[in-house]
Amino acid sequence: MIALLTRDLRLALRAGGGFGLGLAFFLILAVLVPLGVGPETQTLARIAPGILWVGALLACLLSLDRIFALDFEDGSLDLLATAPVPLEAVVSIKALAHWITTGLPLVLVSPVLGLLLFLPGESYGWLIVSLLVGTPALSVIGTFGAALTVGLKRGGLLLSLLVLPMYVPTLVFGAEVVSRGAQGLSIGTPLALLAGITAGAVALLPFASALVLRINLR
Amino acid sequence: MGLRVTGVSVARGGVPLLDGVSFALEPGRALVLRGPNGCGKTTLLRVVAGLQPALAGEIDCAPDAIAYAAHADGIKATLSVAENLGFWAAIYGTSGAVAALSRMNLRALAARPAQNLSAGQKRRLGLARLLVTGRPIWVLDEPTVSLDTESVALFADVVRAHLAQGGMALMATHIDLGLPEATLLDLRPNKARLPEPGAGGFDEAFL
Repeated sequence: MIALLTRDLRLALRAGGGFGLGLAFFLILAVLVPLGVGPETQTLARIAPGILWVGALLACLLSLDRIFALDFEDGSLDLLATAPVPLEAVVSIKALAHWITTGLPLVLVSPVLGLLLFLPGESYGWLIVSLLVGTPALSVIGTFGAALTVGLKRGGLLLSLLVLPMYVPTLVFGAEVVSRGAQGLSIGTPLALLAGITAGAVALLPFASALVLRINLR
Repeated sequence: MGLRVTGVSVARGGVPLLDGVSFALEPGRALVLRGPNGCGKTTLLRVVAGLQPALAGEIDCAPDAIAYAAHADGIKATLSVAENLGFWAAIYGTSGAVAALSRMNLRALAARPAQNLSAGQKRRLGLARLLVTGRPIWVLDEPTVSLDTESVALFADVVRAHLAQGGMALMATHIDLGLPEATLLDLRPNKARLPEPGAGGFDEAFL
């Protein structure tokens, strides 16, 4: 298990591993939005929570097809499926590795980008909390989508179409947490729903992903 | 505990390829599958390895006994040779990675990134993985592809040593490895008859 995690992290960090792709996309988006929307701080402050969450979501989406495609192409996935580790665990570790290389960096840089978007001061804490709670769901749901499309050449478009609807609840509640935080309202309900989605996805989806992966490997 | 295959039928992409394949493998023995290209050797090996279900028949062997080596070696280009093999040793919970490297004559290349290996060297690394699995039944799909004669002899030695320790090998290969323990199994008589066109009914078209 640990071996698979360290291997995936090492692969992501080495040349051509795609680490930083999502992060760079997130940065570019947050830098370009103020240029496109204009410098009115009030407009920016109002749309900032949504922009940051949409950016995080798209950045996650960008690296999804790499989760299984590379292992499928070089045959590692067949070998892992015959190895003495349950495929459910392989899938969970892959999702965790994706979160560590994509989700976690997004969480860490989000306050800086909030600054660029004039995010109101009181909502920084909630931005970090909501991303921290919500991005694991993005990785787990994305892993499921990647498992569904693993055998397809250039399955990226199909993957996005499959995964985007499943991302919507996370996006809605995540952005809601931040914007309520910015207005000083109570955030209990959206945060609880966001955490509920994440907990449900983490608990159930690895089994579904392992199942479709087995079917796709036939 | 050997491997016993009884009356197995396999299909690739919905097309039946082999029908009623039966064989048994005892400890210390090897079985070489022969047959023309596309006759279903790879599919049969995938079925035996548990990667896809058989259409019919039974495969009887101990759980977690099979180590599978396919056409693709599962090598990560950006990891070094030692890292690649160390990963598989960790996955299988064994510690013979260094010994396996010297056994397959890869010791001098241990620190080199796998992307700089030649095709034959990659193949040797892929076969070294079998040694770290510590499993008795090796299921090998064309193991000698891109190996030179010297490496083929080296690999034959490795297989012989494995058989001598009570291991088993089931392989599809066109090259004679010179194994006295090996039995040949010609798959041509097991070729499945194609189903009548249109006989499968309407739903079959969508499966």
